[in-house]
Amino acid sequence: MQIALEIQRFNPETDPQPRLQTFNVTVEPTDRILDALMDISRYQDGTLVFRKSCAHGVCGSDAMRINGKERLACKTLVQDVADADGDTVRIEPLRYLPVQRDLMVDQSVFFTKFRSVKPFLVAESEIEEKEYLQSQAERAVFDEATKCINCSACYSACPVLQKNPDFLGPAAIVQAARFVFDSRDKGLEARLGVLDDPNGVWPCENHFECTRVCPREIKITKLINLTKREIKKYRAARGEQTAEPEGANQ
Amino acid sequence: MTHEFDAVIVGAGGAGLYAALEASKTARTAVVSKLYPTRSHTGAAQGGIGAALGNVDEDSPEWHAFDTVKGGDYLVDQQAARILADEAVQAVYDLENRGLPFSRTPQGKIDQRRFGGHTRNFGEAPVHRSCYAADRTGNMILQTLYQQCIKNDVHFYDEFQVVEVIMDGTRVAGIVTFELESGEIHVFKAKAVMFATGGFGRMFKITSNAHANTGDGPAILARAGIPLEDMEFFQFHPTGIRGMGILITEGVRGEGGILKNSSGERFMERYAPTLLDLAPRDMVSRAIMTEVLEGRGMRGDGKIDDYVMLDASHLGRETVYAKIPDIADFCKTYLAIDPAEAAMPVQPTAHYAMGGIPTNLDGQVCTADTVYAGLYAAGECACVSVHGANRLGTNSLVDLVVYGRRAGRHIADFVRNADHGSVPADAGKAARERITSLKQGKGTHPGPLYEKMQEVMMAKIGVYREQRQMEEAVTEIRQLRDEFKQVRVQDGSSNYNQEVLGILELENLLDLSLVTAVSALNRTESRGAHSRKDFPERDDSGWLKHSMASLEDSDVSIDYKAVDTSIWEPKPRTY
Repeated sequence: MQIALEIQRFNPETDPQPRLQTFNVTVEPTDRILDALMDISRYQDGTLVFRKSCAHGVCGSDAMRINGKERLACKTLVQDVADADGDTVRIEPLRYLPVQRDLMVDQSVFFTKFRSVKPFLVAESEIEEKEYLQSQAERAVFDEATKCINCSACYSACPVLQKNPDFLGPAAIVQAARFVFDSRDKGLEARLGVLDDPNGVWPCENHFECTRVCPREIKITKLINLTKREIKKYRAARGEQTAEPEGANQ
Repeated sequence: MTHEFDAVIVGAGGAGLYAALEASKTARTAVVSKLYPTRSHTGAAQGGIGAALGNVDEDSPEWHAFDTVKGGDYLVDQQAARILADEAVQAVYDLENRGLPFSRTPQGKIDQRRFGGHTRNFGEAPVHRSCYAADRTGNMILQTLYQQCIKNDVHFYDEFQVVEVIMDGTRVAGIVTFELESGEIHVFKAKAVMFATGGFGRMFKITSNAHANTGDGPAILARAGIPLEDMEFFQFHPTGIRGMGILITEGVRGEGGILKNSSGERFMERYAPTLLDLAPRDMVSRAIMTEVLEGRGMRGDGKIDDYVMLDASHLGRETVYAKIPDIADFCKTYLAIDPAEAAMPVQPTAHYAMGGIPTNLDGQVCTADTVYAGLYAAGECACVSVHGANRLGTNSLVDLVVYGRRAGRHIADFVRNADHGSVPADAGKAARERITSLKQGKGTHPGPLYEKMQEVMMAKIGVYREQRQMEEAVTEIRQLRDEFKQVRVQDGSSNYNQEVLGILELENLLDLSLVTAVSALNRTESRGAHSRKDFPERDDSGWLKHSMASLEDSDVSIDYKAVDTSIWEPKPRTY
C-alpha cells in the first residue's frame, strides 16, 4: 500500500521554524513506521534524521509522536495507524524536550531527572548468603518498574510538564519506585529530598496519559500513587509532614 | 578538540560498562559510545546468564566449561573457558548484590532455567544453569551496570562514533571520533583504549542485531593492520521471527517450547535424540534449514526463506506470561499471535560473531607474537576465544561480565605505570578530510549498497555454505567496496548528520563482510557454525586451529594460531 508520512522538519542551524514535509512511501501494512522512515532516509531524502537502534522496542531510541500519540516507531506497524491507501500519518518529535533536529530531541533534562532519584540499589544489610534472598512475592512487587527503557514517551505525554517544566516527570518516579519497592533497598530516605518535594511526586494529577502511551505497558500512574502513599506512610510514622502542597489535586 | 584520559572505553554495553567500573577505580576513565546510555544491544539479550550456582539442579563450573568447549566444537581455548565458567558464579552474585532483579526460586534464591547445550555431568541431560530476569536479562544487566556507573560518576561521551585508532608502533596512543551533535572530530589521547563495540550482524539481511551493530571496533583495528580471529564463525540463532529476524529467546525452548515442521512433527528427535530442542544453536539452525530445504517448511517450497513453527502454547498462559512476557509482547505486536494460544513462525537469524579482535585472558589485544600495549577488547567484538566455532546460549552475557571485568582490572593496573604514547600533531586530519570529501561532488547514495551487501551475505555466507557461492560472495563484496568509493551524502549539514554516520558504519560492515567471506572460503571443513556442503566433516588434523585474517586493501591474507586443548581431548560432537 502507499501512505503519506507528514513529518515535522527542523534544523535550528538553517530553519527559522519547524515545517511539515510530506513523503509518499510504498509499504506493507505489517511494516514498522521505522521501516518507512528508513526507506525515506535511504532512498528519498538523506537529510531526514531520527534515532534508532534495536528496531524491536527494547532500546528506547525511537520514541516520537505518531498521529499525536507518543509511540516507538519500531513498535508501531503501519496497519496500527493507517487503514487504507493514501492515508496520511503525521510524525512529530517528542514534546517538552528541545528539538535538536527533525525527530531528534535533547534528552539531557530527562536523564538529569533520572539520575537525581539515585537510580541504583542502596543496600545496608549484610548479605547473609551469596545472594540476597528475596521471595517471589517481593520480587513481583516491583517487576513492572524494571521494564522501563527511558524512551521519554511518558515525559512527552504528561500534561503537568506542559505547565510545570520542573516536575520530576513520570519516568524518574518509575525509576525511584523500582528501588523503593525492592525489598533489598534501604534508600527511601536518601531519595526523599527529590521525591518529597513540591516538584517531586506531588504535581502528578492522575491524568493517566503516561500509562496510556507507555510502550512497555507499565502502569505508571499507579506506581506514582503507590510512591506517594509510601512517602506519606514514612512521614506519618515519624510524625512529619510531607511536602505535598495544600489543597493539591489528589 | 583534544581530550586526555588514562583510559578510554569505546562502547557502553555490558563489557564496556563493567570495564569502566573497574578501570575508574584508579584510572581517569571516559566511556565513548555511539549511542545514548542504556541503548546498547546488551539490552536486547533475553534468556539469561549461565553460571553453575546449583540453585535448582546440582551443577559445577567444570561441567559448564566442558559444555562450552564441546558446544564450540573444540575450537575453544580451554583455559579461557575454565576462567569463564569459574568466574561466572561470583560475577552473577556481584550483579545481584548490585541490584540486578533476578527472577527467584520458591526459596528466594536466583532462579535458573535450562538452555541449549548446557548439561549435567558432561552431557547426560539438560541442566538448569541460566540465571534469568524474566526474558529481559540483558536489559537488566545493562541497567544495573549503568546504575552503578551513575553511582560511581563514570564520565560518558554520548553519540561519539569512533573512526580511527591511533597507534604508536605496537602500543596504543588514542582514538579519533566523530561527534554526531556537531560533526566535529575529537581526538582522545589515552594510555589504554578498550574496544567493546559489540557485534556486526547488520552485514546480514535477516538479523536479530540492532542497527548500531556495525562492527566498528574490529573494522578499525583490521584497517590498522591487526588481524581478526575466526571470522568465519558467525552464529545463526535458530528462532528469529520470520522475515524480521527479531529474536525469540532459546528460553522458550528451555521452558519446554517445541519446534515443529509442516506436518507437526517434532523434527529435533531426528537430529539430537538426547537434547532435542535444546541442542546447541548451530545444530538446531542446520536442522531447521534441512527441514526447509527438503520441503518440510511451512510453505513447503524448499526456499531458504521458508520457516518452521515454535510452539509454546502447551505451557499454559501462566507460564508464558510469567517466564517469557516480552516474547508474548513481540508476538502480539509483530505477528498478531498470542504464544499462549498459537505457535510462532520462526527462521534462523544472524545473531552473534564468535570471531573478532584477538585477545588474551586479560583482554589485551594480541597475536601469537605481539601484545599491543594498552589496547584491549572485550565482549562480542573480541575473540578470547571462549566460544570457538559456536557459542552456547547465555555465554555472551557471561563473556562480557567476566572478560569485561578482567580487562577493566588489567587497565586499572596498567595505567599506573604507563606513559602516554605519541599522538601525531595532525591526528584527526585524515578523518576531517574524509568527511569533507563525502560532501563534495556527485556520487551514489549508500542505501542500495547496504541492501546488496546484506542480501549477498545472507544468501551465500549463511547457515550452509559451499565453495562456488562463497567465491561469488567474495567477488561481489569486492565490487561493493569499489562502488562504495563513489558514495556521497545528500546532507551537507554539520549537526546531527546521520547520513555521514551511516556511511562510516557501512564501510565497517563491508570490510568485515570481506574478511568473513574470505575466512569462510578458506576453511575447508565443517565445524560449529561453519558448515560446508562440500566439506561436511570436521577435520582436526588439518583445521584444529584459529584463523587470523589480515585485511590489506582489497586482499585478505590468513595465518593461524594454535588452539588450547590442554584439558579435554577433542571428540566427535553428538547430543
